[in-house]
Amino acid sequence: MKKRIVLIGNGMTGYKFCEKFVASSLVHEYELLVFGEEPHPAYDRVHLTSYYTGTVPEELLLAPAGWYAEHGIELRTHERITSIDRNSKTIISEKNLSYSYDILILSTGSSAFVPPIEGVEKKGVFVYRTFDDIDKIKAYIPNAKKAAVIGGGLLGLEAAKAVLDDGLPTSIIEFAPRLMPRQLDPQGAEILKSKLEEFNLEVMLNKSTKCIMGNGSVQGLEFNDGSKLDTDLLVISAGIRPRDELAKQAGLEVHPRGGIVVNSKMETADPGIFAIGECVVVHNMVWGLVAPCYEMAEVLVQNLQGDSKEFLGFDLSSKLKLIGTDVASFGDALVEDKNIKTIVYENKARGIYKRLNLTADGKYLLGGILVGEAEEYNMLKQVVNNKMVLPENPEDFILGARGGEGAAGISVGDLPDAASICSCENISKGQIMQAIEQDGAEALPLIKKCTKAGTGCGGCVPMLDDLLTHYMKSQGREVRKTICEHFNYTRQELYDLIKVNEIKTFNDLLATYGKGSGCELCKPLTASLLASIWNDVIVKHDTIQDTNDRFLANIQQRGVYSVVPRIPGGEITPDKLIVIGQVAKKYDLYTKITGGQRIDLFGARVDQLPNIWEELIDAGFESGHAYGKALRTVKSCVGSTWCRFGMDDSVSFAIEVENRYKGLRSPHKLKGGVSGCVRECAEARGKDFGIIATDKGWNLFVCGNGGANPRHADLLASDLDKETCVRYLDRFLMFYIKTAGPLTRTSKWLSELEGGLGYLKDVIVKDSLGIGEKLEQEMKELISHYQCEWTTVVRNEEMRKKFRHFVNSDQIDENIKYVPMRGQKMPAKV
Amino acid sequence: METQTITEVKEWIKAAAVEDFPENGGAAVLINGEQIAVFNFTNEGRWYATQNQCPHKGEMAISRGLTGDSEGHPKVACPFHKRTFSLEDGKCLTDEQYQLKTYPVKVENGFVFIGIE
Repeated sequence: MKKRIVLIGNGMTGYKFCEKFVASSLVHEYELLVFGEEPHPAYDRVHLTSYYTGTVPEELLLAPAGWYAEHGIELRTHERITSIDRNSKTIISEKNLSYSYDILILSTGSSAFVPPIEGVEKKGVFVYRTFDDIDKIKAYIPNAKKAAVIGGGLLGLEAAKAVLDDGLPTSIIEFAPRLMPRQLDPQGAEILKSKLEEFNLEVMLNKSTKCIMGNGSVQGLEFNDGSKLDTDLLVISAGIRPRDELAKQAGLEVHPRGGIVVNSKMETADPGIFAIGECVVVHNMVWGLVAPCYEMAEVLVQNLQGDSKEFLGFDLSSKLKLIGTDVASFGDALVEDKNIKTIVYENKARGIYKRLNLTADGKYLLGGILVGEAEEYNMLKQVVNNKMVLPENPEDFILGARGGEGAAGISVGDLPDAASICSCENISKGQIMQAIEQDGAEALPLIKKCTKAGTGCGGCVPMLDDLLTHYMKSQGREVRKTICEHFNYTRQELYDLIKVNEIKTFNDLLATYGKGSGCELCKPLTASLLASIWNDVIVKHDTIQDTNDRFLANIQQRGVYSVVPRIPGGEITPDKLIVIGQVAKKYDLYTKITGGQRIDLFGARVDQLPNIWEELIDAGFESGHAYGKALRTVKSCVGSTWCRFGMDDSVSFAIEVENRYKGLRSPHKLKGGVSGCVRECAEARGKDFGIIATDKGWNLFVCGNGGANPRHADLLASDLDKETCVRYLDRFLMFYIKTAGPLTRTSKWLSELEGGLGYLKDVIVKDSLGIGEKLEQEMKELISHYQCEWTTVVRNEEMRKKFRHFVNSDQIDENIKYVPMRGQKMPAKV
Repeated sequence: METQTITEVKEWIKAAAVEDFPENGGAAVLINGEQIAVFNFTNEGRWYATQNQCPHKGEMAISRGLTGDSEGHPKVACPFHKRTFSLEDGKCLTDEQYQLKTYPVKVENGFVFIGIE
């Protein structure tokens, strides 16, 4: 019979132990029984905030609930262990059940530290640690008007952003004189503070909370300096406290400041009991990051197998994105010693602070801090950890190389094989290179699969990319994102091939550069390219279009379509409104106002589409391209003609811009907005391009979007006259169309663009590539070929014939059925 | 090797003329009250037919899907939620639980015929 390991704790470390256990020889000798006190199996607590913003729990699980049983592990969730009897080697759970063990592992993790402030028991006071905590905060939010977070560390800032995004004005209260005191120096913290204030987070430093006021539920805070703050929701995020209560009860040694004491082999004084993760003190400290805790799980598995491995401490470098701001610290970040040299770069205007700490002789890097921009983080961490000799101008690391190879002349190729690239999984450069060279893992997903590198926090992924690119280059090859099995080309390459060789059909492209019959990826992609390059009528290529483009309408429930005529800038005359009403009535269409300031008519059968459009076109309407990866709408506020705040005529400008780019085919849909003043009623910064009037002209913003991952557009140029604004827009849109990947919105394109916003500004505004005029010319050419494709169809009998449900019968699709709803109709469920 | 069961064709029913179908694409026909999707792989000189209803959400839309191949095997993607189906045996390639009924097709004298059991 197998012996039994009992693991108390199913958090991230506990799960990592399970994963290492099933891959080890221990499975032959032991059965594994795991207890978790939370209802869910182990989840990714590092990304807890994504649960707050709507990710379902299942997506954050480290392994699906069924994984444990599949690997012979018995997992008992929602069952807290209440005591350990070391004499009989048994544990007892809150359900009063007892279980025996041969080996006991404590991986009980930590809980949020709640300081003993008067009033912490009041309603509306929360911590930010588990799914359950977040559910409680979410449920309380509707009762609250203002929030406060105690704790200006990492987790506190995340919590503050989460409640702020739920619409509550939020204050951050920090005891120390600066934010993130463990990671940042005063200058770096000050830059971060001003960034947070830009997002309307109030930051209060040097504040120690005396009591929580309120009658039953929290109404405010009183500080030791006598000042007060009104708040009706409070999140306490003042650090963590190791869960050592079980160990204490069992008589095991715990540290005076909390934490189960173990040696570097993860052993307690009891030879049958081990402890790992955030609940332990090893080398005299608690290790509150996931990577060292994972390492402890690995050390323990090795030792249980009879090998000898020790936990020797761990690199506590970290990089994260806080409220859109990169913050990183690495190596010895805060060292204050007269014998070291520091290089500091600060740009308050752009919110950037960088600091490098060097040895007195300037030869080695000890550590540093990056705020606002942290692309160099991975490489700098490697330089510290591998004790690499610094190049002559180490400042190039943080200023960017001025005419050299790679920043400061050190590239991934220079790293030793032993360099640890993925610290979560502890994978070295040597292991990754072996996977690439010998196992043929020549793509990022394959590297991840082969080595597990990049599967933890994901922070090393850019470096994996660099290693792969470096290897491919050394082989005289390159890494490319090809379309699908039928075309061994990238979107950009196909764009050029089509243009240079004047290819006009998918069949020609397939015959010349592809193979097979094509598929649902390369066909619509080619259709989009042909339209972006030649702006020809897309109905000519109907069978390679996605269905919306094939029938020039959006497919809806039961296979009926919607009709959206263009209403530029959202401006419409009463007569045209009447026409829309009459058409809707005649064809019994459901009508709704869209978010893009136009009117959507739903419930048209495919055979009705040409007739409906004919009537709309006769009344002066055009296609709204609501079905296309194309320019949709340019939304506007009412502007200076009517609005008493308006700085300029936003409606006229929106109409002008919408008419200029209408029907423009692009890698993904395009939306625009024009606001007449900074009040921004047109929500222009939530669009791919947004124009906002100032007292000196127009500000042009680019690469925003709404949807699942909302993003505010960035300022490209300010105080422009109309003409220049349109010229920059021409360049920007054309540059995007030519270089973006398939189905990539502008915001994603920008995030992947090497050099980011700075580079985009250089290309568009400064014309650093010298292509500005060419882009404008290409846009002019495209615009000149515009025709309303619905007009083309309704005037052409052959094309009209394509719009029918059966090719052998005039019967209509009997599957289409409706039920009434609020005086209109809706599709009946299938 | 797995062999495909060929249902016995009781009757060949004339669906429509070849030119009624788009090249390298699909269209629906109505046969004995049943909706059937017919696909014309013009480049390869082959025809396929399946039920027009997508088993995923029950929409009558398979004929409007994009056709193509996966390593030489013909397939169609439903326009609603992009589930793809083999045109050889009707199996869903992206979700095992779904299956399309397939029909034999022949072309004679410029007309397309569908074989019914």
